[in-house]
Amino acid sequence: MSTTFWIIIAGAIATYLTRVGGHLVISRFDNIHPRVEAGLNAVPAAVLTTLVAPAALSAGPAEWAALVVAALVSLRGGLMAMFLAGAAVLILARQFVG
Amino acid sequence: MATDVISESGARSDFWQGVRLSMPVVVASAPFALLFGAIAVDNGFSVLEAFLMSALIFGGASQMVGIELFGQHVAPWLIVLSIFAVNFRHVLYSAGLGRRISHWPVVQQALGYFIMTDPQYAVAEARAQSGQTVGFAWYLGLGLPVYVFWVVESALGAVFGKLIPDTHALGIDFLLPIYFLGLVMGFRKRPLWLPVVAASAAASIIAYKTVGSPWHVSIGAIAGVLLAVILPPHHSGVGERP
Repeated sequence: MSTTFWIIIAGAIATYLTRVGGHLVISRFDNIHPRVEAGLNAVPAAVLTTLVAPAALSAGPAEWAALVVAALVSLRGGLMAMFLAGAAVLILARQFVG
Repeated sequence: MATDVISESGARSDFWQGVRLSMPVVVASAPFALLFGAIAVDNGFSVLEAFLMSALIFGGASQMVGIELFGQHVAPWLIVLSIFAVNFRHVLYSAGLGRRISHWPVVQQALGYFIMTDPQYAVAEARAQSGQTVGFAWYLGLGLPVYVFWVVESALGAVFGKLIPDTHALGIDFLLPIYFLGLVMGFRKRPLWLPVVAASAAASIIAYKTVGSPWHVSIGAIAGVLLAVILPPHHSGVGERP
């Protein structure tokens, strides 16, 4: 077996451990402390923000326009509507500002 | 017998409801799967190895980082550690998702964690928050198309890597941030949403500029979560619900 193959296997095991790890640790406690629950409730917004903020900061006007329009649409419309609106603005704006 | 038929058709419609919700994810991740396959071959992976990596790891950002380091001939243990670091945010998702799917049989739970990605977790969490149960059929409908397309497109990208047109003009490199912003906005009714988002944004940007990628994800996430933990529980609305 090649080194590449073993890197993939080890990477897959490490990744699966992150996917079950949080549950295996938390499930050891019978009742969850309110502060822990508050922390868990904050997880989606906290993690997803880190996938947007640095990318937005290092982007340009076309990307910013797309994000602003997508955010506005998301106040009223669903996820698909905001995504398509953002993508449309991005493609259009990039024709002009690159 | 009659109830069997009813619950089976209920599960089937749950499954297709999940499939519908998976479509934006399939569209947004397609370019990255193709790109991953192309880059993988470019960095010395075979088509089979690119396919295996997508099928077994199933985590776009970590695969990109792994391939990049592999191309730079970095030590294997460091490549694996980097993949682990990029995927470390899943630990937080896993702790949250565990509260929603603990009623599933163990084998289904094991499979459920395997296909858990950023959007998978966020959409399931949003469903749980709206008071609906997160069933296995619905969850599988949401995750399976993403997985199948991801793996197949990775292999296609590896085979036809050089054929991808101008990705910049098509906006492909910025589709995922737009999608993730939509997911962030979806949680805006939660208590402490704005302070958490502000803390995570500030911490991740500072970490991105100083420590560098991929650590900004874990550091930013921990900042937001810590804020929610430290503030008195009545701010987080935890005590309000039974």
